[in-house]
Amino acid sequence: MSEFLKNIIRFALFILIQVFVLFQVPFLHRFITPYLYFLYILWLPFNMPRVGLTLVGFLLGLSLDYFTKTPGLHAAPCALIAYVRPFLVNILIQQEGADKNYRSPSITSMGWAPYATLVFVLTLLHTGYLVFLEYLNVGSFLFFLGKVLSTTGVSLLLIFVTELLFFRKEKFRTNTA
Amino acid sequence: MRNIFLFIRRYFNFLFFVVLQIVALSFLFRYNKFHEAAFMGIANETTGMVGARFNSVEYYFNLKRTNDSLVKENTNLRNGLRQNFDNPDTTQRIVADTMPYDTLGHVRKYMWRPAKVVSNTATLQNNYITIERGLNQGIRKDMGVISSTGIVGTVVDVSANYAVVMSLLHRQNRVSAKMKKTGETGTIQWDGESPFFLTLINVPKSAPVAVGDSVITSQYSYLFPQGIMVGTVAAIVEDKTSNFYTMKVKPATNFYSLEYVTVAENLMKDEQKKLEEASRKNQ
Repeated sequence: MSEFLKNIIRFALFILIQVFVLFQVPFLHRFITPYLYFLYILWLPFNMPRVGLTLVGFLLGLSLDYFTKTPGLHAAPCALIAYVRPFLVNILIQQEGADKNYRSPSITSMGWAPYATLVFVLTLLHTGYLVFLEYLNVGSFLFFLGKVLSTTGVSLLLIFVTELLFFRKEKFRTNTA
Repeated sequence: MRNIFLFIRRYFNFLFFVVLQIVALSFLFRYNKFHEAAFMGIANETTGMVGARFNSVEYYFNLKRTNDSLVKENTNLRNGLRQNFDNPDTTQRIVADTMPYDTLGHVRKYMWRPAKVVSNTATLQNNYITIERGLNQGIRKDMGVISSTGIVGTVVDVSANYAVVMSLLHRQNRVSAKMKKTGETGTIQWDGESPFFLTLINVPKSAPVAVGDSVITSQYSYLFPQGIMVGTVAAIVEDKTSNFYTMKVKPATNFYSLEYVTVAENLMKDEQKKLEEASRKNQ
């Protein structure tokens, strides 16, 4: 299956799982909304142009927004993390040329610690910005702080489980191949 | 001029990002005023269709609960029939009130239409419900929506075959309600904390209020007829500084297992609104 087709299927799956599984989870606490869909942005290939990455992030957020009837609420944070991702990858990647030899960010291509840092920072950015936009309506700092922390925690747990369940084998690519 | 182009080319990524942010935020903050912004009409049709597909599976899991609530509602309605009551007086007879005007001068004010719920959330900060009935099936903006046990929300957006309902679990939701026992009116809203409790404000402290009292829709709302169940008082929040109660109300509707709702159309709403507008202008 080509990488392009795979990503399109992934896009639809992530949105559907977010809308019809994670948003349907019974109410746990007002601070907790389980988010997983933005993992799609983290899994996009290294070699995507930065403009394309930002645009895909924006579209991912917007398609989720059409399901929750809040246009813009998820699109803005998704565009943000898609824009920030290349900078972070550049800082965090350890081996020389790992972003050329591997297809996309993962545990195998980046290593445990750098990948975990990437996931943590982007999750925190995503929830932080998202809850900030909600906070403009709510106006309680405790709500803001509590929701950012607990939602980030739950999202990290979900991402961790997903990474273990759907382990992506990354092939080492050389120039000759 | 050349420098401007060079600047744009050099910072194209960043500028593109900023443009996307502006687009997203303008969608977000203008949405309530301009529903047609962001292609919401087409999007409604599509997401509604996906939701209907999903619901055809999910529906089976709720069949039992749906059936129970429909049986209960049927029993309630049957108990209200006039045939149940004995009429020793021969001058009275049963009249079926199906015409908009009958000879006694009664005017039909509310028209009810059933609708299937195809998509529903209860766990977000602003919850919406999508129903499979739209412009073509007689749904318009600003109609009230009820379930078999209590009120659900207000229609805020309509496309050809689907409509979006703002649930009671929405931060901007305001519904006029009153205490069933004494008749004091207040406003139902939601603070976003827990989907199990609504908030009732503006009921004066002169009213005798107890936990467990019923809250029903008031006569001041043009969305719902008077006397439809909203919920029961679950707790009274202590606040000595105010002359008004703040009460936690347990909603009568179960927002988790909504399968069928009924949409209320107020046939006299336009007339009432026009008159109110006119008198506001004359001041």
